[in-house]
Amino acid sequence: MTASAQTHTPASGRADVVIAGAGLAGLSLALALRDGLGRDAAITVLDPAFARGTWGDPRASAIAAGARRLLTVLGVWDKVAQAAEPMRTMVVTDSRTRDVARPVFLTFDGEVEAGEAFAYMVPNAVLQQALTEAAQAAGVTLIAEPVRAFSTDRSGVTVSYGADQTLRAPLLVACDGARSRLREMAGIQTVSWAYGQSAITFTVEHERPHEGRAEEHFLPGGPFATLPLPGNRSSVVWTERTAEAQRLVELPAFRFQEELEQRFGLSLGAVKPVTKPSVHPLGFAMARSFIGERFALVGDAAHLIHPIAGQGLNMGLRDVAALAEAITDAARVGLDYASPQVLERYQRWRRFDTLAMGVATDGLNKLFSNHSDALRLMRDVGLGLVDRLPRLKGLFIKDAAGLTGAVPKLMRGVAL
Amino acid sequence: MPQVSPQPNLTVDPAEVARFEALGEEWWDPKGKMAPLHAINPARLAFLRDVIVRHFGHDPRSLRPLKGLRVLDIGCGGGLISEPMARMGADMVGIDPSAGNVEIASAHAARADLTIDYRATTAEELADAGERFDVVMALEVVEHVADVGLFVRRAVEMVQPNGLFIGSTLNRTGKSFALAIVGAEYVLRWLPRGTHRWDKFVTPGEFEASLAAGGFEMRELAGLSFDPLRGTWALSADTDVNYFIVAGPMG
Repeated sequence: MTASAQTHTPASGRADVVIAGAGLAGLSLALALRDGLGRDAAITVLDPAFARGTWGDPRASAIAAGARRLLTVLGVWDKVAQAAEPMRTMVVTDSRTRDVARPVFLTFDGEVEAGEAFAYMVPNAVLQQALTEAAQAAGVTLIAEPVRAFSTDRSGVTVSYGADQTLRAPLLVACDGARSRLREMAGIQTVSWAYGQSAITFTVEHERPHEGRAEEHFLPGGPFATLPLPGNRSSVVWTERTAEAQRLVELPAFRFQEELEQRFGLSLGAVKPVTKPSVHPLGFAMARSFIGERFALVGDAAHLIHPIAGQGLNMGLRDVAALAEAITDAARVGLDYASPQVLERYQRWRRFDTLAMGVATDGLNKLFSNHSDALRLMRDVGLGLVDRLPRLKGLFIKDAAGLTGAVPKLMRGVAL
Repeated sequence: MPQVSPQPNLTVDPAEVARFEALGEEWWDPKGKMAPLHAINPARLAFLRDVIVRHFGHDPRSLRPLKGLRVLDIGCGGGLISEPMARMGADMVGIDPSAGNVEIASAHAARADLTIDYRATTAEELADAGERFDVVMALEVVEHVADVGLFVRRAVEMVQPNGLFIGSTLNRTGKSFALAIVGAEYVLRWLPRGTHRWDKFVTPGEFEASLAAGGFEMRELAGLSFDPLRGTWALSADTDVNYFIVAGPMG
C-alpha cells in the first residue's frame, strides 16, 4: 500500500463507518450502529441497487426469534409484522417418497417464550423496503454507487466510489453478499465446497390453511421444506441433486405438478405454484478470515451455508448484532472501534458459531441425503430420542431460534 | 546508573521515570509489555466516563459525553487514557515527566487525528503555573511518586471548585503483593520486573488522608477485579488489589 498524499478534493467526505451493500444485513448493521453510536455518528451505505429503486426479491426468509428481537429493537419489526406469518409448529419427517405413511419424528410445537413463535416467515421484499425506509428516517446516508476501490492505512480507510469521489472512515464493512467483491479486493480467501445439490424455490397456494405449520421432509434427494406464508400460501424449498433439479424445472407444467404433489402431499387440498420455480446451487463457503485491517465481513460475504436449517439470514443478523456490540462497547469508552482487538472480538464471537453451524447443517444434509439403511436407522433412532427428551428438544428449539451460546444483546432484544 | 535519591520537595522519582521511558514504543502494542494495561483499559475508561458523566450531568449515551470538560491526565505515559478521553470529547492535557513518553504519545495522537496537549512536565510545575481543570486524574501514579502527600496536595490544587479528582492505584495488602508483584511481574510476566515496588503501594486510608490534607473529601471508592476465566477486568467491591478513589472539594 502506498501512502499517497491525499489531495483534498471537494468530492471527499468523512464517515464513522462505511458499509458496502444495502441488503438485509447491511441495512440492519447501519440501523444497529445508529442505535449504538447515536445520532451524531455518520453511517454511510453504498449500493448501486439504490439507483434501481425497487427490490424484486420474490423469496421469503425465516426470521428466528433472536433475529426478530433484533428487528424489534431497531424499530423495523412493527413495519413487517403484518406481512409476517408466525411458524408455530415444525414437523420434521424422514421418509422415502413412496412410503405410505410418513413417521413424524420431531414436532417442534414449542414456543420460545410464552406467546413467542419460534420463527416468522417474512417476504424479503417487505423486509428490504422496511429497512430502507428506517435507514432513511434514521439519517443513514445512502449512496447509489458501488465501492470502486479502497486503501487502508494506520488511521483509516479511504473508499473510492463514483467518478472521483472518496470517503474517509475508521472502518469499512463489507455486506456485499456471497460473491463479495470487497472480500476479493481485501485478498481474503474462502474455503468452500459444493454439495452437487440445488434448491428449487417457489411459492405455492393451497386450498386449506397451513395453521402456521412448517414441514421438513428428509427425502433421499435432499430435504423438501414448506414454510408458511400469509394466507393460504407456503414457500417451498425443494433440494435435489443439481442435474435432477434442473430436469424438474424444465418439465412440462403438468409433470412438475405431479412431482410436487408427490412430495407436498394433499393434506392441504389442491396445491399449485404461483411463482416461477428457480434453481439455486447449494454450497458451504466461509471466508478464511472475517476481518482485515479496518475491515470486516458480515452476512453472506463472510459465510454461505446450506439453507437446510433456514439459518442463512439469521446467521447474518447475528453477525450484525455481534459487530455492532463490539464497535459500540469500544466507541462508548473512546477506544478505536476499528482496532485489531475490537475486530478480533467480533471474529472470535462469530467464526466458531459459523463453522459449527456450517458443519452441523452439512452433516445433517449428508445424513439425510443418502440411501444407506444403516444411516437411516441411526437417524430414526437419533431423532426419536430427541423427541422423547423434552429438555433436549427445548434446547434444540432454542438453538433453531438462535438463542444459545454467547448471545449478542440485540439478539436478546436489548438495546446497545 | 547512579542511584538518585528523591528530594523531599520533589514529586517525581527519576529512577521510576527511567523505567517507564525504557518501554518506548511498547506502550501501544496490545500484545507487548503493556498488555495488562490494554486489558484493564476498557473497564477503567468505563468507570471514568460514568463517574464524570454522572457528576457533570452529561449524556452517557453520547459518543462525546465529555465534551466541554478540560481534563488533566497526570502520568499520561504513552497516552493510553488520554486518547480515548479525547475521543470521548474531553479537552485533554496529558503530562509526563518523561520527554520520551510525551514524544511517543504525541506521535500516536497525531496518527489518530486527535488533538491532545501533551507536555513533558510535572504536576507541581503545572500547579505553580496556575492551571485549572474540571477533572484531574492520577491513574497508577501515586505508587511511583517520591512523596505521595505532596503530590496529592499539588494535584488537587488544580481542580476547579465544582470539579473532581480521580486517582487509581495498587493497595498495599498481602493480596496485592501476591497478585501484582509475584503474580503479574514474576509468574505471568505481564509487566516488566521491577515495574512496581510493593512498599510504595498506597492504601485507601493513606490516599484519603492525603486528599483531606489538600481540602478534598472522598466521594467514591471502587475496586477493579480480574476475572481469570474470561480474561477481563470488571468493577467490584474488592479494593484489595487495584482501586479507584474519587474526591471533590470539602464542604
